[in-house]
Parts: sequence; C-alpha cells; structure tokens
Amino acid sequence: MSAPLLDVQNLRVTFPTLQGPVEVVRGISFQVGRERVGIVGESGSGKSMTGRSILRLIRSPGTVTADRLRLGDTDILTASDRDMRAIRGRRISMVMQDPKFSLNPVMTIGAQIGEALTVHQKLPRQAVRRRVHEMLEAVRIRDPERVFGLYPHEVSGGMGQRVMIAMMLIPEPDLLIADEPTSALDVSVRAQVLQIIDDLVTRKGMGLIFISHDLNLVSRFCDRILVMYAGEIVEQCRASELGKATHPYTRGLLASVPRLNETRAELPVLDRSAWSVA
Amino acid sequence: MNALQIRNLSVSYGDTRVVDTVSINVVRGESFALVGESGSGKSTVLKAVAGLAPQWTGEISVFGQPRSKGIDRAFASRGQMVFQDPYGSLHPRQTVDATLSEPLAIHGLGGQDARVQEIMAAVGLDRRFRFRLPHQLSGGQRQRVAIARALMLEPKLLLLDEPTSALDVSVQAEILNLLKRLRREKGLSYLLVTHDLPVVSFLCDRLAVMREGKIVETNTVDALKRGRMTNDYSRELIEKSALTTSA
Ligand SMILES: Nc1ncnc2c1ncn2[C@@H]1O[C@H](COP(=O)(O)OP(=O)(O)OP(=O)(O)O)[C@@H](O)[C@H]1O
Ligand SMILES: Nc1ncnc2c1ncn2[C@@H]1O[C@H](COP(=O)(O)OP(=O)(O)OP(=O)(O)O)[C@@H](O)[C@H]1O
Ligand SMILES: [Mg+2]
Ligand SMILES: [Mg+2]
Repeated sequence: MSAPLLDVQNLRVTFPTLQGPVEVVRGISFQVGRERVGIVGESGSGKSMTGRSILRLIRSPGTVTADRLRLGDTDILTASDRDMRAIRGRRISMVMQDPKFSLNPVMTIGAQIGEALTVHQKLPRQAVRRRVHEMLEAVRIRDPERVFGLYPHEVSGGMGQRVMIAMMLIPEPDLLIADEPTSALDVSVRAQVLQIIDDLVTRKGMGLIFISHDLNLVSRFCDRILVMYAGEIVEQCRASELGKATHPYTRGLLASVPRLNETRAELPVLDRSAWSVA
Repeated sequence: MNALQIRNLSVSYGDTRVVDTVSINVVRGESFALVGESGSGKSTVLKAVAGLAPQWTGEISVFGQPRSKGIDRAFASRGQMVFQDPYGSLHPRQTVDATLSEPLAIHGLGGQDARVQEIMAAVGLDRRFRFRLPHQLSGGQRQRVAIARALMLEPKLLLLDEPTSALDVSVQAEILNLLKRLRREKGLSYLLVTHDLPVVSFLCDRLAVMREGKIVETNTVDALKRGRMTNDYSRELIEKSALTTSA
C-alpha cells in the first residue's frame, strides 16, 4: 500500500446519555491509501460516527479522542476550524447517509452543486452551469434542466442521493467518505454511479471509504473490508475474501442475505448475546 | 375484496406528469412489490394512497372504500405508511417513546406502555433507546422507529417505502421475518417499494416494474425467480441484480 492518505489510531467517540457516558466508537485504528476501503457492520455499530469524526463533524455533546488522526501531513485533531473548512469538500468530502436531510432545504439543487464547485475555485457563471449540468447527467438524472431548479424536498430519494454524490465529487477530493451512498438507487443506475466513483479512484488516485450494509456490493466494489460491531473493528479482510470471513458476526451477516431465488421461509437471525464485546 | 385498488392513477407536479395511468390491485393478505428506476414515481404512488400527493386523477380505494382527495381520517386505522426518508418523517423533538405512544393516544387506546415495549422488541430496538430523540439514533435505528410507529395500530394495509434500505442484513432479516409473520398471523397486506429484488423474492407474491411514471410489467414473483419476466427493462434489472448479488 502507498503512504497512507488517512491514518487513524485509537479513535474514540463518546456521548453522554441518561445512563452515563457511552462510547460508540471504541478505540479503532485503520489506514486508507489510494484504494477502496469498505466498512460494513451492524446498525448502530459506529460506522457513520467514524466517518463524521474524520471530518470533525461530531456534534456536541459528543466528544472525539484519538492518538492520531491525520490526513497526509495535516493533523485533523489540532487543525483550526478555518483549516477544517478548507479541508472539507476540497480534500475530504462525505456523502451523508440522509442526503435529503443534509442538503440545504431552501437552495435549489443546481445552486447547491454550483456552490460546491465555486467554493474552492473561481469560474464564470456559464461554465458553472455547464459543469453542474454535466454532473447531473453523469449521475444519470433524467431531465437535468428541470432538476436544476428543484428544491431538495421535490426530488426522489434516489435523486437526492445522486445530487449529494454529484456535489461531493465535483471538487475532486483526495478522500471520499460515502455513507450508504447508493442504498436508494436501482441496480442499473447504481452501477453507473459506482463507475464514476471508481473512475476517480483509479484515474485521480482518490481514496475511498465506502460504508454500506450491502455485503455483496462491497465485496465486489472494494479492495479491503473492515467489519464493525459495537464500536470496534472485529475483522478485516481483502474484499474478495469476505466469503471466507471467520468472525461469527460476519458469518451470521453472510447467512442472513436473501437471494434472488429465495426458498427459505424464514431468514436466519443472529444470536447477539453469543459474542457480545465486553 | 381488494385491500387496495388503484385504477389509472396519474399525478402531476406543475406541467410534469410523474405518475402516468398506473393501475395496481393488492388482494387482501397479499404482499405486492413496486420496483423500478430511481425517480420513476414509486414513492409518489404510495403518497397518493396515503393522501399526501397534491393533484391526482384516477381511482384509489382501500378495502372497498374510495379515497377522497383530501385528508381521510379513517384511513389511518386501516392503512399506515413507512416513509423512505425516516429522518424527515420523525418529529425532531419527539422521543421514541412519544412517537410510538402518539398513535394510540390519538385513537384513545390504552395499554400504551406495554405496547411500546412489545413493538420496540419486535423491531430489535433495545430499551435504552426509548427516551432518545431522532438525532441521537443511527440511520437504521431511526428507520426501525418509523416501522414500529406504523405497526402500533396494527393497520390492515401497510405502505412500505424502502423499509429496510438503511438496515444491515441481520436486522433486515429480523424485520422481514416480522413482516412475514404479521402477514401470516394477522392477515396484513403490503405494498412494498424496494430496489432489492431478493427482498421481493423473500416477501412478495407479485410485483410491478415502473419506469418514467408508467408500469411496464406486472408479474408474479414466481416469474421473477424463474427468469420469466417479459419486459426488456425488467430483464435488465434482474440481470444487473444477479451481478451484484449471489456472491
Ligand atoms: N447524540 C447521541 N447520543 C447518544 N448516542 C448516540 C448519539 N448519536 C448516535 N448515538 C449512538 O451511536 C451509535 C453509533 O451510531 P452510528 O450512527 O455511527 O451507527 P451506524 O453504524 O452508522 O449505524 P446505521 O447502519 O444504522 O446507520 C448508535 O448506537 C447510536 O444510537
Ligand atoms: N414536490 C414535488 N415537486 C416537483 N416534483 C416532484 C415533487 N415530488 C416528487 N417530484 C418528482 O416526481 C418524480 C418521481 O418521484 P418519486 O419520489 O415518486 O420517485 P421514486 O420512484 O420513489 O424514486 P426513488 O427510487 O429515487 O425514491 C421525480 O422526478 C421527482 O422530481
Ligand atoms: Mg449510519
Ligand atoms: Mg422513492
């Protein structure tokens, strides 16, 4: 692996709750190079919190600590808020899990994507409009002219996801964190959107953290996979070897995927008590 | 009698027609899937049934009762909808407990405490989440709250818009098993929107494929499993789905 783009050591995220502080990310360490790293794992296991902490987007009262959290030679832990604003978008972008909620509700789709482009780069208006148009077409939005002028509540779930992806890719970041980016896309559109992301990885050397619950998808699309459970990384493997994973949680996950010619009357579920992390 | 009958439904926003003469019958006790291209109008069909689409034409009836164009209070006890976007559909300042108790309170039903506990367990939400707000939950936890809320009144017809798309496969399996069991034990009917053909295969009897506002094919899930869908676009979806699944 080339020199890591992102280096994370002993990352912890804690929230105060009525029952006292809970650690939702519990000392995880990993590195990401110019490659595709998938993160899979149980709902609530800390995947989104891991992604958000890399961008320092954990809202108070949540707290983040780490022994190391570096992007190239930038120390994210000690960077000023101003530095962070410069990093977000241009060097690291994140496609959020709730795209429609993360978009600005009072700004049209076209204006938002345009802004993502012009924040870090001066361009004439016509050129911006053309680039936005191209980007909407690239993510397979039908009728980009109409969608350009729509507000977030006026687009479908999958269109919202694609708008968010367009916005995050247009500045060509060094690292893209994509949190369930294609869960609302039909398989046909999904394949094309993944192709655009893949292009940036192979052509521009972008690093990718791909958070998804779709095991088949990550095993085909990514190079490596991290499996999270209850705030910890319980297993790491090459993506192509996910089928040979050994941790009982990963095995359980694999068994509960329905198949196209499904004949089971009931899907197997996990007995979580069997391997609860202390 | 049909649980849901939609005849020649068309919905427009301004000059754009986003649902075009769609007809669907969901037989009582049936589980019917709506799949198709992103942006093709699937959520809009569900919203029209739930009374949330502005201008529509055509006929919609639920258990034989024609749906009026306005708000239909009687609908809530017969039908419930789980929205595609759980963040938007949950009240930001309402705890899980309040969200789940409210439907019972509105309908003057008692036994709220026990019922909230029971339903949370059924969707796999630990007790410790009961007094949390939506932003204090993960994406999949919020989605389960939305499913739980829809089940509180035990509606006879459930409109489910991508109900398991934010769930990892182990939690998805629990929810799918639960839906299957409720259907068997209580005779619920489902109209389910999903992009996941294996989910259709597990839970549904029939499906319709949408593209650009129109239904291009209605067929049985048996035909889906045997590769006997006839429309070119349906076949493309199955082919691409086979590429990304069955690892
Ligand atoms: N403000 C908060 N206060 C307390 N706990 C929180 C808060 N925000 C999130 N959590 C908890 O942190 C844990 C990790 O959340 P995270 O969003 O990272 O999960 P996830 O792995 O992304 O799950 P999903 O697949 O469902 O999106 C969850 O159990 C969640 O309930
Ligand atoms: N309030 C609105 N104003 C204008 N157009 C709208 C509005 N709501 C929906 N639309 C349009 O209706 C079309 C269908 O949207 P719908 O949400 O039904 O699609 P969908 O099939 O559910 O897609 P997805 O699978 O991506 O969720 C889209 O082109 C969308 O832009
Ligand atoms: Mg998440
Ligand atoms: Mg939709």
